[in-house]
Amino acid sequence: MPHDHHDHLSPSGHPFRADNDHPLSYWQALEIAVRELLIEKGVTTAAEIAGQIDAMDNRTPANGAAVVALAWTDPDFRAALQHDASMATAEMGFDIGPMKLIAVENTAELHNIVVCTLCSCYPRNLLGLPPDWYKSRAYRSRTVREPRRVLAEFGVTLPEATHIRVHDSTADMRYIVIPARPKGTDGWSKKDLADLVTRDSMVGTGLPKSPDALV
Amino acid sequence: MTETIPQTEGHRWHDMGGGAAGAVPLADHDFALWEKRVDALMILCSAKGHFTVDGLRRVLEDMPPSSFEELSYYERWIASISQNLVEAGVLTTFEIGERMSAIQERGLTYGDASDG
Amino acid sequence: MDRRVRVRNDMPPGHIRTPAYLRGKCGVIERTLGPFPNPEQLAYRHKGRPLALHRVRFTMAEIWGDAAETPTDTVEAEIYAHWLEPADAA
Repeated sequence: MPHDHHDHLSPSGHPFRADNDHPLSYWQALEIAVRELLIEKGVTTAAEIAGQIDAMDNRTPANGAAVVALAWTDPDFRAALQHDASMATAEMGFDIGPMKLIAVENTAELHNIVVCTLCSCYPRNLLGLPPDWYKSRAYRSRTVREPRRVLAEFGVTLPEATHIRVHDSTADMRYIVIPARPKGTDGWSKKDLADLVTRDSMVGTGLPKSPDALV
Repeated sequence: MTETIPQTEGHRWHDMGGGAAGAVPLADHDFALWEKRVDALMILCSAKGHFTVDGLRRVLEDMPPSSFEELSYYERWIASISQNLVEAGVLTTFEIGERMSAIQERGLTYGDASDG
Repeated sequence: MDRRVRVRNDMPPGHIRTPAYLRGKCGVIERTLGPFPNPEQLAYRHKGRPLALHRVRFTMAEIWGDAAETPTDTVEAEIYAHWLEPADAA
């Protein structure tokens, strides 16, 4: 990550994608054309499109972190989440639309990791849009074959005795990993617990932050 | 990783599980406004029943293998959305082409050419 | 529910949600979901026939043989009913 060109980085620290100030591309012209025609034909409205963008922008990994923190602290919610994760998260107040969600729990013996080898299925209606790596050829190709090597590239090395279960999102279901609650967090508030939960820990490519990180 | 899985006849490029590939590229980017609009158009058009996510995928999968590297994610998506809308009878190829030409006359940047 | 199934080893062209790396492989049904409309029809603007969707668990050894990274690790994938047959079928 460059450190001397802050004007080229967004508030989240990522480079901005070529956008308004770059030469109009063929595909951008197509997007404008399709959007304008759909609005003129009454298929949608500019407000509806803006509303949809806002709704997606408001879906972030923080939503999932709140789900995980509640699962860590409320056994009834944890049971409800395992029974029907779509209903349980919707009842928390998250607008997950028609998404059908399954929550898979990590334990000391089991580590879950999520991939979509056929396209880029991701629990976007809870966590927001997937990171670029999730859609990459490397992640999509290798995760079902050598998950331990993939995990190592994310800085996660698991004992050989820990069973790895890869979930390939091939059809209608989406998956969120409920990471194991870090030791040393007894009595923590849900908010502090949620701060330990990273996006990657809910995809299975990461682990929650260490409790020391919040001290 | 040592070998690629056998490329059986009929095995399609988008079906990547088990294929040979290098390290996972961990760099990320924030989505541009036009990319978010493409995403929104897909959600809205499918919610309104004009086509399905499988229709979106079908056109993506029918693209040549090189499209995965040559086009960006949302470039592929808008191409597929456009084709699905033509197939659904919502848009015609002629009106899309006519409008794109008009848009390209408006200005040199996305900001200048887009009303929004 | 420990039903052993084999994924059909067909390779038709067209839109399919059964990944090639699992075709011809045997696994155990973990749970059954759906019914969901057949995506192979939805993709072509047809009404999808409702199908059961099975989550099938495969071992890495079954999928990758001697090349498996850790043979006892597992992959789970959702496979529509028409792609599955009993594992003891010839």
